[in-house]
Amino acid sequence: MSFGPFLLLALMEGLVSAAVLALMASGLSLVFGVMRVVNVAHGAFFMTGAVLAWFVAGHVPGPPVVGWLVALIIVPPLVGLLAAAVDVLVLKRLEYEPEAVIVATIGLLYILEQVALLSFGPDARPVAAPFSLRLQLPWFGYSGYKLFVVAAAGAVLLAVWLVMTRTRFGLVMRATQVDRVTARAFGINVDRVYAGTFGLGAALAAVAAVLVVPTTQVHYLMGGDPLLLSFITVIIGGLGSLRGTLVAALIIGLSDGVISMFWAPTLSKIIATLLVALVLVFRPQGLFGAKA
Amino acid sequence: MLRLEGVSASYGAVTVLRDVVLEARGGEVTCIMGRNGVGKTTLMRAIMGLVARQGRFVLDGDDLSALPAHEVARHGIALVPQGRRLFGPLTVAENLEIGLMTRHRGRAVHEQVLDLFPRLRERLGQVSQTLSGGEQQMLAIARALCLEPKVLLLDEPTEGLQPSMIAAIREVLLGLKSTGVATVLVEQRVDAVLQVADRVAFMGHGTVAEVVPGAGLRADAPRFAAYVGV
Repeated sequence: MSFGPFLLLALMEGLVSAAVLALMASGLSLVFGVMRVVNVAHGAFFMTGAVLAWFVAGHVPGPPVVGWLVALIIVPPLVGLLAAAVDVLVLKRLEYEPEAVIVATIGLLYILEQVALLSFGPDARPVAAPFSLRLQLPWFGYSGYKLFVVAAAGAVLLAVWLVMTRTRFGLVMRATQVDRVTARAFGINVDRVYAGTFGLGAALAAVAAVLVVPTTQVHYLMGGDPLLLSFITVIIGGLGSLRGTLVAALIIGLSDGVISMFWAPTLSKIIATLLVALVLVFRPQGLFGAKA
Repeated sequence: MLRLEGVSASYGAVTVLRDVVLEARGGEVTCIMGRNGVGKTTLMRAIMGLVARQGRFVLDGDDLSALPAHEVARHGIALVPQGRRLFGPLTVAENLEIGLMTRHRGRAVHEQVLDLFPRLRERLGQVSQTLSGGEQQMLAIARALCLEPKVLLLDEPTEGLQPSMIAAIREVLLGLKSTGVATVLVEQRVDAVLQVADRVAFMGHGTVAEVVPGAGLRADAPRFAAYVGV
């Protein structure tokens, strides 16, 4: 295969990575933007979503698409409810002190991983793809499911944007993000907004997990890499900026696809980390973040 | 309308208000005056439930003392905070929408409020942090009026404004009297107070030292000197 088709394949792989990363990182960015806390357990919510998707898909009778669809419908709300409960029972009691929340979510990360290890086991397990459509290009064939992942992630992100900009819930979230004290003075139940935001952030990670599990293997430690890449994405894009998160996810995802294809996956991680260092030195607020 | 009995408030271990007794009556403007740091802003925040507070807060017979801040607002107490504290990145229309949502008010209230501040009608789509200082203050008041409040709390609304804007705000406050709204106004400018106040509560040492009728205060320079230092 000549250079052109190779590059096309690399870009398509990168686009899939970017789509999943954008979903995952937008959840992290949303939580930081509204609540001003860093959720270190975000990758663990992703892993929990994947494990639950494996469980649900394996227990629903019928063709793979049925089990996978059931997982897509019930797993994100379940993970979202779990996260909302953590917010009410733990983070609220810590009064959202940034340092305390980091420590608490590190603890939560370990708890979720160990619960998964005890119940799911240490082995990596596959989830069957819901359909096996193959797109045949002149130079190579490509998974139709992976292209579906890109479209589905785009649709979910569009829905999140519409919720944030066109609904009352989004307006309340944006007002709380700007000034939670004044929001309280205008009848906004900030505790409920925080629980909803933390739940929505985790649910987005779970949607990413359900979408991605048919293309990878489910494992109790699978949340580490997506968490790292999500942090890289939101730092480059600007903490709390959804637009920045999307642009940064595209940069990271596409460069990951190309560098992994032509050189080595490790090199793409090294370059992404270097990019974060450069952003922190020369533009600490990120590409689209507001100055503090 | 709104009655405060034995109110105290604190920030952590620091007690700022002690045993405050105050009444705000419907259709009247009650002004709060006192030196800097005496607790005027804390009193506004205590009424809203935005600081740790004790004592009784009674609105039209309903005891609001144990309610969280967002419930206080829904009972009809609206705040125009010091420094405006608009939701800056949101548009004028969205700021007003937040006010309307608080007590589920609709288009009719929206139109009434915009009739009071026609300049805002021309700027509904503008991001509020790009408005001039005077327009931002108009929006802060308009946002509070969107609640159709029973009690309106204003914390130094004329601070940093040009005379024409101060006059416009005064006209709005005088107009509110006829609607039965109880207005509580924290203000440092003596002339502004004398033009609108039905009663003036002078604060000293974290409490309301005395409440006197607004009429006749103009000649009472020693009282202003004692409490405000002018």
